[in-house]
Amino acid sequence: MTLASRALLGTLGLVGVAALFELIPRAGIVSPLYMPPFSAIVAALGREASSAQFWRALVDTIEGWALGLAIAAVAGVVLGVILGSLRGVRAATASTIEFLRPIPSVALIPIAVLLWGAALRSTLLLVVYASFWPILLQVIHGVADVDPVARDTAASYRFTPWTRIRFLLWPTALPYIMTGLRLSAAVALILAITAEQVIGTPGLGKEISVAEMSSAVPALYALIFVVGMFGVAVNVVFRALERKVLAWHTSVRLEAVT
Amino acid sequence: MTAPAERLRRVVVVIALPVLLFGLWWLVSDDSKSFYLPPLRKIFAAFGPTWSSRWGSDVLPSIARLLLGYAGAVVVGVGLGVPLGARPRLRAVFEPALELFRAIPPPALVPMFMLLFGIGASMKLLVIISGAVWPVLLNTVEGVRAVDEVLADTCRCYRISGAMRLRVLVLRAASPQIVTGMRQALSIAIILMVISEMSASSSGLGFAIVDFQRGFSIPEMWSGIILLGVLGFLLSLAFRLFEARALRWYHGLRRPQRGDA
Repeated sequence: MTLASRALLGTLGLVGVAALFELIPRAGIVSPLYMPPFSAIVAALGREASSAQFWRALVDTIEGWALGLAIAAVAGVVLGVILGSLRGVRAATASTIEFLRPIPSVALIPIAVLLWGAALRSTLLLVVYASFWPILLQVIHGVADVDPVARDTAASYRFTPWTRIRFLLWPTALPYIMTGLRLSAAVALILAITAEQVIGTPGLGKEISVAEMSSAVPALYALIFVVGMFGVAVNVVFRALERKVLAWHTSVRLEAVT
Repeated sequence: MTAPAERLRRVVVVIALPVLLFGLWWLVSDDSKSFYLPPLRKIFAAFGPTWSSRWGSDVLPSIARLLLGYAGAVVVGVGLGVPLGARPRLRAVFEPALELFRAIPPPALVPMFMLLFGIGASMKLLVIISGAVWPVLLNTVEGVRAVDEVLADTCRCYRISGAMRLRVLVLRAASPQIVTGMRQALSIAIILMVISEMSASSSGLGFAIVDFQRGFSIPEMWSGIILLGVLGFLLSLAFRLFEARALRWYHGLRRPQRGDA
């Protein structure tokens, strides 16, 4: 299948979904009160885009998401390198990580509400906790994956600790870090929206719950669509970033050949 | 065979840090006067009375909804993923639309499902399914796509087709990927169970925790958070046992290939 025909078929699929959203309420299968037709959603989207409040909410969401992801990434990489390269420490902490990681971050919502209320810090607590684990685990695996021959070579050449990290650990762990970052970016968005929705910190999630409470149904659907597009953008950007950062790596080079 | 001393050392390594951390929490919080951070002693004291009365009314229904929704997500995800993975044209049509739906953070769909389906159990199940289905679906598609061509040709030579082909070739070959998707889906399902109960419910674990928080029953709230953590931990443990059994053939196959027998 050529690229053009793939794009054509994909567009066909999107148009089909839009048509379904238009026809189902118009045909009365679901009341338009609960599921407005696609055209009404687009109109609501236009109204949202012309209000300053919407753009401020978007910026707030981006801020919570990006800041939380950045904190989680730095903490995950630093701790991951330490845990991954020290065998004893890794063994001693494994059970604790396995216990803490599955704790659903939403369990922290009541604590955040009580301690900080509807502040950015509450969002950050949830975002950081949830997006920290995928990065940490990937980095630990990545650091442990160092090629034995390369490691021995580095030892023979008497690499200093810094050159070891720079030329041995970093290139080995980088593909893992990028995978962890991509997973975490999506998780961070979920938790950012959740925090705004449930706790009421400013952002798109709060706009969604406001639209819900004031029964502004088309606006509600429009906001859900916007959040979805945000998610698509996050996926696309991080996949492109992965490709760029790992341009030297065999997995990307092979893909380019085939 | 490991010597008893070696086995003992391993157990110590596993439990040392958790015991240390809990002990530290216990000691540091013991004379805590902070209203929001009560002593661990009080949290443990609140644990039994709180949950023994709510076990049947809140905890079990939550777990039942979680498992039912999760099972639904796996069935739907695999059921849609197999045809999408096997037919490139079908995949090309649906891929962009699926990318969009997958990217919507599932909690944002809660208000929409509440409008469409009310606030009953079916809404909560649908929220769990709608969020947990994506990792399963996408991983199934990838797994089915990457079925080994030699195996596919062999099946064709032996005229294996239909349900038999699905069972011995397609699902088997895709199962490592499907299990990966199922693992991601499990943690999403727990999050969505809690959120669907927090935003619209009068029962369930998520509701109980929020209820305690609003009533300022702080030790009870903390005990709920710990219970949720234990639930997440037990489920991931159960999943690992399931994975070790279901994919035993696969891990056995990979070990000599990786060269660490």
